[in-house]
Amino acid sequence: MTATNLLQIDKLSKSFAENQVLKSIDLSVAAGEVVSVIGPSGSGKTTLLRCVNFLEVYDGGSIQIDGREVGYVDTSSRKRRGEVDLAGMRAETGMVFQSFNLFPHLTAEQNVMLGLRRVRKKPLKEAREIAQHWLSRVGLSHKADALPSELSGGQQQRVGIARAVAMDPKILLLDEITSALDPELVNEVLDVVRQLAVDGMTMLMVTHEIAFARDASHRIVFMADGLVSAQGKPDDLMAEVATNERLRNFLSRFSATAH
Amino acid sequence: MAGSMGYQLSFNQIWTNFDKLAEGLLLSLGLAFISILIGAIIGLVLAIWYVSAGRVARTFISGYVEFIRNVPLLLLVYLVFYGLPTVVNISYSAPVSFVVTLSLYAGAYLVEVFRSGLDAVPKGLLDAGKAMGLTPWQRLLYVRLPTMTRITLPALSNTFISLFKDTSIASVIAVPELTYGAQWINNKTFRIVEVYAVTTVLYVVTGYAILFGLRLLERRFRVER
Repeated sequence: MTATNLLQIDKLSKSFAENQVLKSIDLSVAAGEVVSVIGPSGSGKTTLLRCVNFLEVYDGGSIQIDGREVGYVDTSSRKRRGEVDLAGMRAETGMVFQSFNLFPHLTAEQNVMLGLRRVRKKPLKEAREIAQHWLSRVGLSHKADALPSELSGGQQQRVGIARAVAMDPKILLLDEITSALDPELVNEVLDVVRQLAVDGMTMLMVTHEIAFARDASHRIVFMADGLVSAQGKPDDLMAEVATNERLRNFLSRFSATAH
Repeated sequence: MAGSMGYQLSFNQIWTNFDKLAEGLLLSLGLAFISILIGAIIGLVLAIWYVSAGRVARTFISGYVEFIRNVPLLLLVYLVFYGLPTVVNISYSAPVSFVVTLSLYAGAYLVEVFRSGLDAVPKGLLDAGKAMGLTPWQRLLYVRLPTMTRITLPALSNTFISLFKDTSIASVIAVPELTYGAQWINNKTFRIVEVYAVTTVLYVVTGYAILFGLRLLERRFRVER
């Protein structure tokens, strides 16, 4: 499984000062695959995700999307890409954030349109059509002209998803996208993600929703202490509980919610 | 009615000369408005330069800010109006000289305002801009500056009110703004209490009206943090 992988991560390492957050991560995601990353907090899940679009600069190893090294000109030289080049690489990935991060001065529609206009260079009319299409897909056509401050958390996050997928990214990165939401708003967001999975969107998501990860993803990766501790199809991974104590300890905390 | 106890208030001569105050008030507003515009441009350019520049440029910008902040405005007005033209071969009218002074003065304060405003833009918004593939300049233009503007609006309002009041200092170089108009009427009528009472009311009412308008604007553009 080499040439077919859309995202290929090899021996990735990353430290913050003395603290080595990622030790040596190997992970791949094939086109159309949905991969969930679970694990205790502090295990490096979010850092891993932020390395994929170079929001975090990684120290060692390699991350390739469609065969191109993400942050560096090539894998061997470690020469950083220029800012414009890097922006072009980042446009290949979409990201949805835990805290939504909608631009507060732009309406829902303008939030979705910004990247289409300035990065994809779409004409105004086409950008608006794409934005309206995606806002309708996330059930927010009627909120197109609302500012983020006028939307609920669940609505804001759905705009966040629309903003990311409207760019037609090769892979969508989802960073604990329901963690900041009130429990009753979680499902409206997860439903959108479920639909994207059905449509074949390639996704790498960090999540605490174990039940959701089990039924929505093709593969689950369990991270602990900066390493991939276990991975496999949801049912296979759950079966590993017998032999993997860390996984067992982690999942036991979710036993009330996991079915 | 001129009793021995004194002073009889009479506003008649204030009203007959009110055009001096009205024209002065307009000029004061104009001076403050032009100065905050130019000052905002100075402040913005230097603030953006500061956050992206090396040590030499930062030292230069800090030097400008500290100099202006530690010299009394009155002295700056004298330096620019009397001092500069004798050192270098330029000449300008008193109003132009004052606008230059007040703009430099406002610019120094606004550098600090904008600099902290740029720093206060939530990091998540910049991440969102990066993640969608905006270049650094695009992030500045479409994310950082609009957000910063909303964060700094209250400080901008306060600076504008301060500048409006500071225009009274232009009277020392005979710029016919509001305070100068008041002095002119006083010299002519000797109605010192009346003229300064009316002038004070004009400053307070105008300042309050400006502040009220700007606060409405702030509420409209408030950023959720």
